[in-house]
Amino acid sequence: MTALLADIGYQDNWIEVLGAPFMRNAFLGGILVALAGGMIGYFVVVRGGEFAAHALGHIGFPGATGAVLLGLSPTLGLGVFCVAGALVIGALGHRAREQAVATGTVLAFATGLGILFASLATRNTSTVTNVLFGNLLAVSSDQIVVFVIVAGVIAAVLVVVGRPLTLASVSPEVAAAKGLPVRALGICFLVLMALATTVAVQVVGTLLLFALLVTPPAAALRFSARPVVVCTLGTAFGLVSVVLGLVVSVMFNLPPSFFVVTVSTVIWMVAMVATRERHRSAESPAE
Amino acid sequence: MAPDATGDPSVPSDPAELPQSIAESGPEAAVPAVSLRHASVAFSGRTVWSEGNFDIPAGGLVCIIGPNGSGKTTLVRLLLGMIPPATGTVEVLGAPARRGNPRIGYVPQRFGDAVGEAITGRDLVRLGHTGSRWGLRKDSGVEEEVDAALAAVEAQGFAAKRLATLSGGQQQRIAVAQALVGSPDLLVLDEPLANLDLRNQRDVVDLLVTLRGERQVTMLVVVHDLNPFLAYVSGIVYLLDGHPHYGEVSDVVDAELLTHLYGTSIQVIRTATGDLYTRART
Ligand SMILES: Nc1ncnc2c1ncn2[C@@H]1O[C@H](COP(=O)(O)OP(=O)(O)OP(=O)(O)O)[C@@H](O)[C@H]1O
Ligand SMILES: [Mg+2]
Repeated sequence: MTALLADIGYQDNWIEVLGAPFMRNAFLGGILVALAGGMIGYFVVVRGGEFAAHALGHIGFPGATGAVLLGLSPTLGLGVFCVAGALVIGALGHRAREQAVATGTVLAFATGLGILFASLATRNTSTVTNVLFGNLLAVSSDQIVVFVIVAGVIAAVLVVVGRPLTLASVSPEVAAAKGLPVRALGICFLVLMALATTVAVQVVGTLLLFALLVTPPAAALRFSARPVVVCTLGTAFGLVSVVLGLVVSVMFNLPPSFFVVTVSTVIWMVAMVATRERHRSAESPAE
Repeated sequence: MAPDATGDPSVPSDPAELPQSIAESGPEAAVPAVSLRHASVAFSGRTVWSEGNFDIPAGGLVCIIGPNGSGKTTLVRLLLGMIPPATGTVEVLGAPARRGNPRIGYVPQRFGDAVGEAITGRDLVRLGHTGSRWGLRKDSGVEEEVDAALAAVEAQGFAAKRLATLSGGQQQRIAVAQALVGSPDLLVLDEPLANLDLRNQRDVVDLLVTLRGERQVTMLVVVHDLNPFLAYVSGIVYLLDGHPHYGEVSDVVDAELLTHLYGTSIQVIRTATGDLYTRART
């Protein structure tokens, strides 16, 4: 048994490693990202923002590689590109379908730029890998400060716009009739998502972002349609994903991103199966 | 009426130009629920309809009819202040139409489809009340209002479910409840009978008629088929040849007019028991 575990890379000293100083940042960073993503989770799934979430991660890619090229902080580059991308997506299209085309176009262009910057900055391949796949174990104390600020900003903005944003998300027509700035609320949401993306990319990378920003709230929505419950449950799923993912990654000395995404996926699959009956019976409502 | 609005040539400043009833009535007289003067709407220069000149008296149940694309929803959105008139003036409940008027409740076309499965009926009804509130402030009495609105439409039994899992008739009840919170003076419903079977159409009509009887509310209802409402309507707005008009039921329910309106031959039938209905001639 022990031999088999050693074969697959089991680390005897994993409990010690968990206590190491760099692990503190990893856990803190993961928890903050789960919080940031969880808070906006309901709106991501209700507004059909899944594609935009996916795209924003890709849009951030050239920001990070470009910043490295210029000798700036990749986090700054990520943030600037994500927020700018959110503003462009928000300004280009107001209908969901138009938005998908606009998003896709911006995404393709950004990915091209990212490839260009990455090839120019040949010396910094580790940044490219970190941005694409994330690296919780490399989170610095400076990054933690940024994560705290981002989570705080998202929380503060949601406290103010929460209810109008909810109405604008479920019935834009009623929201507009009530005098709410539906368009501006949509852009505000995209900017919040850009901020969450900026931090989530540093944990799971652009390629796996979906698993932290979309999968947990999507799983939560299977259990409840109440905004606060979906956000709370989604946050909990995200937290379990990062914490459990980190611990297992340390046990086997493998990249945390893989395990974080795996836990998140398993939670989602369990949610789908567990609520299958409920949703099936709901599809044929009895009068 | 604003007799001092001399700057705008489209506003009749001479009382003689106004319909008799308005010119004669003093400020004490009942304010019409809706008042259009030379109103027109256009999208990027293309006029949808023009020369809207009518008053809808307060307190009635008024149907809005017209063929697809004639501008019924556009009229509704104009009254809600969501789009401005291209010309003329639009007054609602005695004041120029404006977005966010809490005295108006609104049920949009295809409401249930748009809302989807990510919200429960009850939360949606609560948003009818709190959805336009910024910040965290807790308003007292909200839950009581939500309960009252749900009770008024008899939706307590299914309000905890997701909207998308409800039947069309149940969704319409939630939609009406959402518009009822805040006790509006004017309720505007855009095709509340669409996609409902005959029994649910009947139920929704009964509900609206009952609500109208219980509350001091004017109802404007966009419909494709007048028949379910014919026994109850107090007046009809009809969009004919690019102009909206308001008329009494007896004037509008006329074979020649309806045939012209819908572009297909329509009969008006009065049964021996006095029931009135219309039917497409085959
Ligand atoms: N936002 C808009 N931009 C441009 N044109 C519009 C807009 N909204 C409506 N229109 C046009 O105005 C006309 C009237 O549309 P409206 O939706 O008011 O019709 P309707 O009578 O409600 O039709 P239906 O019975 O199909 O609901 C149509 O020709 C439509 O294409
Ligand atoms: Mg319409």
